[in-house]
Amino acid sequence: MKTAIAAVTDLFKGDAQADRVVPPTGFTARLTLFAAAVMTFLAVFALALSLATGRLADRWSDALARTSTLRISAPAGQLEGQTAAALRVLETTEGVASARAMTPEEQRALLEPWFGPDVPVENLPIPQLIEIVEDGDGYDAAGLRLRLQAEVPGAVLDDHTRWRRPLVQAASRLRLLGLVSLVLIGTAMAAMITLAAQAALAANQQVIAVLRLVGAQDTYITRAFVRRFTLRALTGAGIGMVLGLVAVSILPSAQDEGGFLTGLGFRGVHWLWPLILPPAAGVVAFWATRAAAQRTLRDLP
Amino acid sequence: MIELENVAYNYGGGELLSDVSLKLSPGSFHFLTGPSGSGKTTFLKLCYAALMPTAGQASLFGQDVRGMDRDAIALTRRRIGVVHQDCQFLDHLPISENVALPLVVSGRDTLQEQVNLKDLLSWVGLSHRAGARPPELSGGERQRAALARAVIMSPDVILADEPTGNVDWEMSQRLMTLLIELNRMGKTVLIATHDLSLIRAAKSQVQARVLRIAQRRLQLAGADL
Repeated sequence: MKTAIAAVTDLFKGDAQADRVVPPTGFTARLTLFAAAVMTFLAVFALALSLATGRLADRWSDALARTSTLRISAPAGQLEGQTAAALRVLETTEGVASARAMTPEEQRALLEPWFGPDVPVENLPIPQLIEIVEDGDGYDAAGLRLRLQAEVPGAVLDDHTRWRRPLVQAASRLRLLGLVSLVLIGTAMAAMITLAAQAALAANQQVIAVLRLVGAQDTYITRAFVRRFTLRALTGAGIGMVLGLVAVSILPSAQDEGGFLTGLGFRGVHWLWPLILPPAAGVVAFWATRAAAQRTLRDLP
Repeated sequence: MIELENVAYNYGGGELLSDVSLKLSPGSFHFLTGPSGSGKTTFLKLCYAALMPTAGQASLFGQDVRGMDRDAIALTRRRIGVVHQDCQFLDHLPISENVALPLVVSGRDTLQEQVNLKDLLSWVGLSHRAGARPPELSGGERQRAALARAVIMSPDVILADEPTGNVDWEMSQRLMTLLIELNRMGKTVLIATHDLSLIRAAKSQVQARVLRIAQRRLQLAGADL
């Protein structure tokens, strides 16, 4: 642990003379900075996607898992009686916390997105809906269906399982996709920084040969390159993170009408998550450059 | 100090050096001569483990080079000052920093060493050029700077590969005087050169063994030298 802390301290403190030993190479410096900035910018979005879909999956899962709907279709004269009978059945069903018939206003509100605000619900032969709220363990859906079949023939129980499962599954997959994207972005960044480091090492073969000639150990040479690339990646990632956060913050805010897409972003403490991206980019750059330098040095006398 | 025993070296295709043996004793002075391409530079590289022998045994300060890891080789090179024909500088650094490079990489860049650096630059006549970058120096100045860098760590051995290759006669004499001075201070010196007149001139000032690489083997040069 002390060694790791010392390594990090050395990395930031640096050695002015050791830094001067390796000449600045404009192309690789710009490539590393640019790659780290772009990749971190994309990583902010992947993180936002992952967190947003995670929230969505949790919300759908929680909200839909606790409620279900009983739909009663019956001729106008029998509708009220069957509703009352269904409510009686539900009151005595274990696992049902509460059940209530939806009012005409609530049913009108449900139909409003399709038929507009002034639909005369009372004149339409629409079924009566009963909202069921489950308690902790839920109820036995198969048993309830059998009872309803016997006592309320026009009732159809919809426990949302049929369409809830694929929705939650889709949201979970999206969350996974976001995480996989983060890993791929990290890998791509490591590959780009490795290429940049290898280009810098190749361009500085003469410098390395001179350093070896005067007795520099591999750790000294490696450190000079690693420090340079790590700091560049940190700087680039910092820029990319800020730009990414600005871009996410100006996305449209979550609205019921907009659905899922407008909810893409960070909420609350989730805004802190992108702060781990620059250090992560630094770690990626550190290991990628170290590996590239060690590989190159192994081939030199 | 440096000992080669029945050493051979192959460059991919053919054998460049074969059955070469040499022992560099402390304080000795050697010239190594031979035509271009005879293997003088390869021989020197074997002496500071920049190349590994393909056969035989090479020892640096009592350690077999095959048993040394890269760090051990780097540490050993701090005891061997090398002057290349092309000098090998870091062109982006001023000459004073190039000369001080062995101190920097070994973590010995102290105030006292800075004083020594000034003295050293003065000794090789480069005090006034301390801030110049290597491409701005003449051939002779570069060679003297390379010599200063080679000795700044006070090494036990100095290996010089054609140190007078790119300089005029007067400058080559000046460089030889510096190398002979170092030998008088107790340093072991091995100079590879094809310039026989230089060897003849130096032999009047220092007791030196002259070796020649001929037909892949190392021989003691004859009385003609």
